[in-house]
Amino acid sequence: MSSGKATRQAFGESLARLGESNPQIVVLDADLAKSTKSELFAKKFPQRFFDLGIAEANMIGTAAGLAFAGKLPFLCSFGCFLTGRYDTIRLSVAYSQANVRMIGTHAGVGIGDDGHSQMGLEDIALMRALPQMGVFQPMDARETELLMDYLVNTWKGPAYIRLTRQNLPDLYPSATPFNPLKLLKLREMGQGSTRVALLGTGAGTAEAVKAAELLSGQGITASVWNVLSLKPFDEATVQTLAKECDWIVTVEDHSVIGGLASCVADAMATSGGKARLVRCGVQDTFGQSGEGEELLDLYGISGTQVASRTLAAIGSKR
Amino acid sequence: MTPLNAKALENLANELRIDIIEMLVEAKSGHPGGSLSAIDLVAGLWFSEMRGVESADHLAPQRDRFVLSKGHAVPALYAILARKGFIEKKELATLRKTGSRLQGHPDRVRMPIVEASTGSLGQGLSVALGLALGAQLDQSPSRVYCLMGDGEIQEGQVWEAAMAAPKFGVSNLCAIIDANNGQIDGPVSQVMPIEPLADKWRAFGWHVLEIDGHDCEQILSAYADARKQQEQGSKKPTLIIARTVKGKGVSFMEHQIGWHGVAPKAEEGTRAIDEIRKNGGQAK
Repeated sequence: MSSGKATRQAFGESLARLGESNPQIVVLDADLAKSTKSELFAKKFPQRFFDLGIAEANMIGTAAGLAFAGKLPFLCSFGCFLTGRYDTIRLSVAYSQANVRMIGTHAGVGIGDDGHSQMGLEDIALMRALPQMGVFQPMDARETELLMDYLVNTWKGPAYIRLTRQNLPDLYPSATPFNPLKLLKLREMGQGSTRVALLGTGAGTAEAVKAAELLSGQGITASVWNVLSLKPFDEATVQTLAKECDWIVTVEDHSVIGGLASCVADAMATSGGKARLVRCGVQDTFGQSGEGEELLDLYGISGTQVASRTLAAIGSKR
Repeated sequence: MTPLNAKALENLANELRIDIIEMLVEAKSGHPGGSLSAIDLVAGLWFSEMRGVESADHLAPQRDRFVLSKGHAVPALYAILARKGFIEKKELATLRKTGSRLQGHPDRVRMPIVEASTGSLGQGLSVALGLALGAQLDQSPSRVYCLMGDGEIQEGQVWEAAMAAPKFGVSNLCAIIDANNGQIDGPVSQVMPIEPLADKWRAFGWHVLEIDGHDCEQILSAYADARKQQEQGSKKPTLIIARTVKGKGVSFMEHQIGWHGVAPKAEEGTRAIDEIRKNGGQAK
């Protein structure tokens, strides 16, 4: 894997690019423009950039009003701060069907040092619970660029987009048609009788690839799938995998409650398939300070942890 | 439609009071107190001040916009929309009924003319700020009005918006506080004091006016003053503090917190309507 860039960086660059062709795009931030990378747009289009200060609820409502006035607002902050203003999102954005793009950066324990208060760990769960809300989490820079084009040109209504602080390796296969609402198969490796499908989202996808490499030498056929859209969710593909595979493993830097694990469990519950589920992610606990890679390992999200948890699960059922 | 003068507005507002009572009796639930305290203010906007909303058939894209942040007073807005032809009079009877677009609180998806979905207090001013910024970006003459309750401004988000609006120079924004000193748990001054209101908003950078919210002359001149701010190139948004009486026009409801969120029964409704007709809304 080549070392890529943070999805927040790819977002900021895409926004500045799209601002040229679409004059309706406006951007709002709450004193975190340097961190969310909305500053790349702000420098280029100062008239269409609004810094609302450290006041996220008002930023969310203001963005809704701009949308009602015909603009296409992108509002930006850390995911935990944005989704913490839930009531405003619930009424002024979701129920109002405001055409707003909410950018939540600093996803998960992968941010490292700053600790729990800055980590988006329940943001997907909160946003998925809202009717009409799209929820997207790209795995790398290229997918972020493609998603941004989609959000500007195609998607209608509110959406939440979850981005990372840390760099993520390039995984998006070049020349692959972009189908944001379908699971994307990235790899298939190994030649064992036990079939495992690893489903990753965001930073979790790179860890799923690493885990698949480890598992493929252990008598396992491992496939890796990327989940860009958590809502709408591609239940059909998961239900097919649940019939074809022995195990499905979800990998996410987010709580397993309400995140990818829950999306997959919901789909599997009605699939009639034989597959069992391993849920790798934050297990109903809080984050903490530390080095990002170490924390991914500690919370069982790193490729090595995902592989060992998968093997342990398989072993216990043999 | 020619803008109504103060006297005509006063008469119309009292007819609208009757519509509100009839609606609430039929719905068997709703908020008479805050609807009756707000009706003169809201009617003043829709029948005398706002432009581009003269009729449902010709809704101008650059129309003035009204956000009812105190969403529970929506019967006042529905009564007005019916008079203006945005909804049919007979539809008022569907208020709060299953399947009706006359939701218990404003719903912009079911009824776009209400502009903003509200009902969780404290959110409307932010939405109004966004609308005002949008008009500014488009160099549109559109003005944006936002009516809040006095209890409502206990919400922190209101003060975030109060801080932000002057920064962006939105003199096309006019907020109005329906200061009836009543909220569910009691008088605002006891539940959570908010005074001195004028000093607070002036300190935040607003052009502040204080009026009797049932005196139609004062209401219309305050709106004219607010519009003048924009026309004369001021950068300040305007706040109108309208001193009002909860339940205004119905003597047994006036100043009574108990009528915040309880609909009159049929007999009470008849008494209320008789009184409004007799006194022209000037219950003492």
